[in-house]
Amino acid sequence: MSILIQSIINGLNQGAIYALIALGYTMVYGILRMINFAHGDFIMVGAYTMFYTAPLMVSYGMPPWMAVLLAIVVCTVVGVLVERIAYKPVRNSGSISALITALAMSVFLENLAMVLFGGNPKTVVKIFDLPMIEIFGAKIQMKYLLTLGIGIAIMVILTLFVQTTKLGKAMRAVPQDREAATIVGINVDKIITITFAIGSALAAVAAMMYCSTYPRCTTDMGSMMGIKAFIAAVLGGIGVIPGAMLGGLIIGLIEILVKVYVAPGWYEAITYSILIVVLLIKPSGILGKNVGEKV
Amino acid sequence: MPKKIKINYVINFIGLLLLFAALYALFETGIFGTRTDYFKGIATTACYTIIMVTSLNLLVGIMGEFSLGHAGFMSVGAYASAILTNALAEKGVPTFLLFLLALLAGGIAAGITGVLVGIPTLKLRGDYLAIVTVAFAEIIRVAFTNFEITGGGRTMSGITKLSNFYWAFWVMVVCVTIMYMFIRSRFGRTVKAIREDYIAAAASGVNVTFYKVMTFTVSAFFAGVAGAIYAHYMTAMIPTSFNFMYSAEFLTEVIIGGTGSMTGSIIGATFLSALPEAMRAFAKYRMLGYSVVLVLIMIFRPGGIFGRWEFSLSKVLRRIAGKGDKE
Repeated sequence: MSILIQSIINGLNQGAIYALIALGYTMVYGILRMINFAHGDFIMVGAYTMFYTAPLMVSYGMPPWMAVLLAIVVCTVVGVLVERIAYKPVRNSGSISALITALAMSVFLENLAMVLFGGNPKTVVKIFDLPMIEIFGAKIQMKYLLTLGIGIAIMVILTLFVQTTKLGKAMRAVPQDREAATIVGINVDKIITITFAIGSALAAVAAMMYCSTYPRCTTDMGSMMGIKAFIAAVLGGIGVIPGAMLGGLIIGLIEILVKVYVAPGWYEAITYSILIVVLLIKPSGILGKNVGEKV
Repeated sequence: MPKKIKINYVINFIGLLLLFAALYALFETGIFGTRTDYFKGIATTACYTIIMVTSLNLLVGIMGEFSLGHAGFMSVGAYASAILTNALAEKGVPTFLLFLLALLAGGIAAGITGVLVGIPTLKLRGDYLAIVTVAFAEIIRVAFTNFEITGGGRTMSGITKLSNFYWAFWVMVVCVTIMYMFIRSRFGRTVKAIREDYIAAAASGVNVTFYKVMTFTVSAFFAGVAGAIYAHYMTAMIPTSFNFMYSAEFLTEVIIGGTGSMTGSIIGATFLSALPEAMRAFAKYRMLGYSVVLVLIMIFRPGGIFGRWEFSLSKVLRRIAGKGDKE
């Protein structure tokens, strides 16, 4: 029983990380209909920023998690640059070009990191110094609960932002009809850049949460995690913000539970099978609406 | 078959023989001295890379869909063929026959996987299909990491070394020729029609799913053959080397060479697989360079360097003879 509770908390922690990354995917996909392959690598950028700046924070007498502020800045800059330099020129040349460009940016960031930081994994300092607590005999790390809390809080704030603010309204208008949005005075380019900025900032927060759970960063950490987070976004319904959260938590839970109870070596295969099953049965995801294809 | 096409085949065959003779002479006279084996190795790498890239081009260029899991099919071919040759190793099968059997086994195993993957996924299109192929390749990788017969996550070593450059060269020639004929056939034209407008193709009575799955299978088959060459050249392999990055590399080479151009794929694969070997200092920056080139190509020349242009030896000869412009 205590193992079950522990696994569920672990799974929710893992899921919250996926969910934050999935939010970035979902927002960009919602607005541009493109899979931003490089999004996973923004996490890697964030993690390396944490690796280099967290010790600095400690030496200035601040808590190490403050480094996330720098990570957010760095990730946002990288995200906006990627969008401006690579994605904007190909925006109107079809989804295939966009896909290849995104893939190229992912390869670029990974290999740039390889050249800059070297191939050896780096160990990040302890981000949160929190005690373990016991609930029903299960030992639970407080930082896992904190991660979950941060994830849910961000999702709520983001949903409110998109639903109630003027900017959020514009962000919903652009994917519905880009031309009409331009006519009513929405600066589409600006909205897309803001979307990328928000998505990248979330990736930085996800990087902090990842580093507090697994204090290791490698140059290829982003791509696979990115694909899993994308699966989470598809599972929840791509383009739907609460869907990303739901999908992320489900994927995280399934991964950990399969790892603990079913077959430790196969958990990744299960995650990928989920994607295939979802796309075949209900491509719009759990919370998504079915949109027929126009001929 | 019209006479002109027959003559073209003969011309191309002679051209290939000359190329082969030139390479043979280069390697056998020992101009490179002690580095001969090293250069032969690079040439063998180029051969299986060419098969991989042209087979991927069948999907990307001819069918117009993306596969980001081509290395997965390659690994199926590699492991299937290695398991077969390990089983037949001490049975006294002649080396040549064993190599052919290995190639066929690799191709067929990958082809079957292609059917199994293709049937459920090919109703998806565009980026969703791309991400599903990644998922399948990852599932294959996880499976090979867990199966005992494929080394159980460790390196599978001790595979008989059957591939050498001369065999690999002719296997590559046969594979590329078959793929080229496939593209030019009635079948290939139908697939191109699907690429241009699948709704219109379906409306004129083309069974879109069937053609797509068949093309996918053919592409997977050749990836499996390439995998078999790889396995019997490397003699040791580990599932993790057939990862997402490896698939992405093949796709990069297709796009840079030119989507839909066999010439582009061959030249792209040759250069891009030989270049890092030739310049070791460059190897670290190889993928960095590729990705920058890829972005630039997407912005300035979305069709790739060669677009859909094909090199034709007979046309060149005719032009030299001074009557090419009238064609």
